[in-house]
Amino acid sequence: MWKTILRRFLIMIPEVIILSILVFLLAKAMPGDPFTGSINPKADPAQIHHLMKINGLYDPWYQQYWNWVVHLFHGNLGNSYQYQEPVTRLIGSRAANTLWLALFTMILTYVFALPMGVYAGRHEGKLPDTVIRVYTYVTYCIPFFVILVIGIWIFGYVLGWFPTTGSISSDATGWLHTLGSRFYHILLPGLLGALFGTVNIVQYLRSEVIDSKHSDYVRTARSKGVPSKDIYRHHIFRNSLLPIAAFAGYSITGLLNGSIFTETVFSYPGMGLLFVNSISYRDYTVITALVLIYGILNLIGTLLSDIILSIVDPRIRIQ
Amino acid sequence: MAENFERHSDISAADLARLTQEAQAEATPSTAKIIWSEFKADKPAMAALIIIVGFILFVMIGALFINTPKMMETNIMGYFNQPFTADYWLGADSAGRSVAKQLIVGSRNSIGIAIGLTVISSTFGICWGLISGYFNGYIDWGMQRIYDFMMMLPMTMMIIVLVTIIPHYNSVTLTFIFSIFYWEGTSRLIRSRTLAESEKDYVAASKASGTSHWKIIFREIMPNISSLIIVDCTLSFAENIGVETGLSYLGFGLPSQTPSLGTMIANANDPNNITQYWWTWLPAALEIIILCLSISYVGQVLRRAADASQRQGALD
Repeated sequence: MWKTILRRFLIMIPEVIILSILVFLLAKAMPGDPFTGSINPKADPAQIHHLMKINGLYDPWYQQYWNWVVHLFHGNLGNSYQYQEPVTRLIGSRAANTLWLALFTMILTYVFALPMGVYAGRHEGKLPDTVIRVYTYVTYCIPFFVILVIGIWIFGYVLGWFPTTGSISSDATGWLHTLGSRFYHILLPGLLGALFGTVNIVQYLRSEVIDSKHSDYVRTARSKGVPSKDIYRHHIFRNSLLPIAAFAGYSITGLLNGSIFTETVFSYPGMGLLFVNSISYRDYTVITALVLIYGILNLIGTLLSDIILSIVDPRIRIQ
Repeated sequence: MAENFERHSDISAADLARLTQEAQAEATPSTAKIIWSEFKADKPAMAALIIIVGFILFVMIGALFINTPKMMETNIMGYFNQPFTADYWLGADSAGRSVAKQLIVGSRNSIGIAIGLTVISSTFGICWGLISGYFNGYIDWGMQRIYDFMMMLPMTMMIIVLVTIIPHYNSVTLTFIFSIFYWEGTSRLIRSRTLAESEKDYVAASKASGTSHWKIIFREIMPNISSLIIVDCTLSFAENIGVETGLSYLGFGLPSQTPSLGTMIANANDPNNITQYWWTWLPAALEIIILCLSISYVGQVLRRAADASQRQGALD
């Protein structure tokens, strides 16, 4: 098993390197240069030339790439042109919001999906199963951003139950109030994300339950006289829990990709909204850093899931 | 050939006709027939199919009669015209442009891009999956690593970045940019089926008799998994409608002068529009929901038709 994990790590290294090269080249291909905005229009072209030369912008690309990587390891991602502050600090302040929302959505997704999956599997082919199947099918088909827009319209504007912008209300004082306000702001996006993101977990759990219903250990438990409710709760559910937990890694990647839409619709100041804003302001240092961060987070998510799955399911290990 | 047969065979012509008829009656019905009977058995699926085909035909033909540049001109007289009036069936937006006309042209653009994206990305994904699955070994390993790498990329972000880098883009370039990132799902599915298929006897027999690799892949394995391909294409078509409209909604898809279902939903970004002028964005949102649900439903029926144990339609 350690071999699998080690191999998985080794494969990851070239992936990160290629990702960073790709991101770097994309950043180079974007119009403008790092001094856009920090120089006033009257600046002497010769002076700009000199600045570019000192900062190595005329070097061959691999040299520049190397410098960029060295800076990266020092935690220096450059300055944001729009906000005039270091990118690391800028992103650091937004990352907490995004991760907080993603974590909340994920927990809610599991809260909704686990009982539904077990219930659907237990009553396979009967009415509850059909209802849950239709529900997962509908939620899976509709593009998520449409749901967000309709959700914010109904619950945010028409009914006025939830706030429609921001991550915290401006008059929140005291830590309890602050925490409550933060929670209130992520409640609607979290609920929508969870209700419309259950399909993978429900379907997996359902088929898992149906499979184990006829397995030997369940038959043993039944013949011992264990009540049906306890069989589902303790025997079958326990066994299916680990592979389900492994889905957490994949769902992180899905949530991060979705965060661009969620945060735009709810004007929620996280990394996704920062990305969209930076694109419209052509703030390239921020864009580059965000693409890199999202790529690495995706990688870690998949890595986590793969490792958990290889621990749980020996079939994956044999390669 | 028939003459040749008669000369060498002692079966009479009448017998031959009878035998042929019997064989035809017993043969497995053609895929098209199975799908058709499946639709006949499932009324909602039939309704969904009619909705999709009728709607696509309607917007494709209807858009031909609409002069897009003229439609997109600002008409101050129609400023937020109420819906259900004679001139504006679905009202008008902030520039006095008819929502109904924009909806028709926008649907044409969005559906067109979704079809293009499905064709390009599925073709690529199918080829990738077939080759990767068939040439098990180093080729497969290498292709899998590229696949892993593509899966790791933050797709939405990469598309947005590419769209900003490319100075002049239109719907064709946009379709190609999307296609770079949306072949993975198909390729993965096709690869796993091809892996199973290449183990079968007919492939081994074909290899032994010296058929070329390409012929085995595209003339023998591909037809055998064709039902899977049809199902997957339908389902990814439904998904792809969401792809273009989503990015247009964010403002990184079609340019604002080209209406799309996504840019119309983007009207909802304005708090005034979303509450008071619901007709500027709600029809587009509902249309996407109905389209996606109908297309995926048709996909489900096709999937059932492909899997003999789930069929509901009765043949013969």
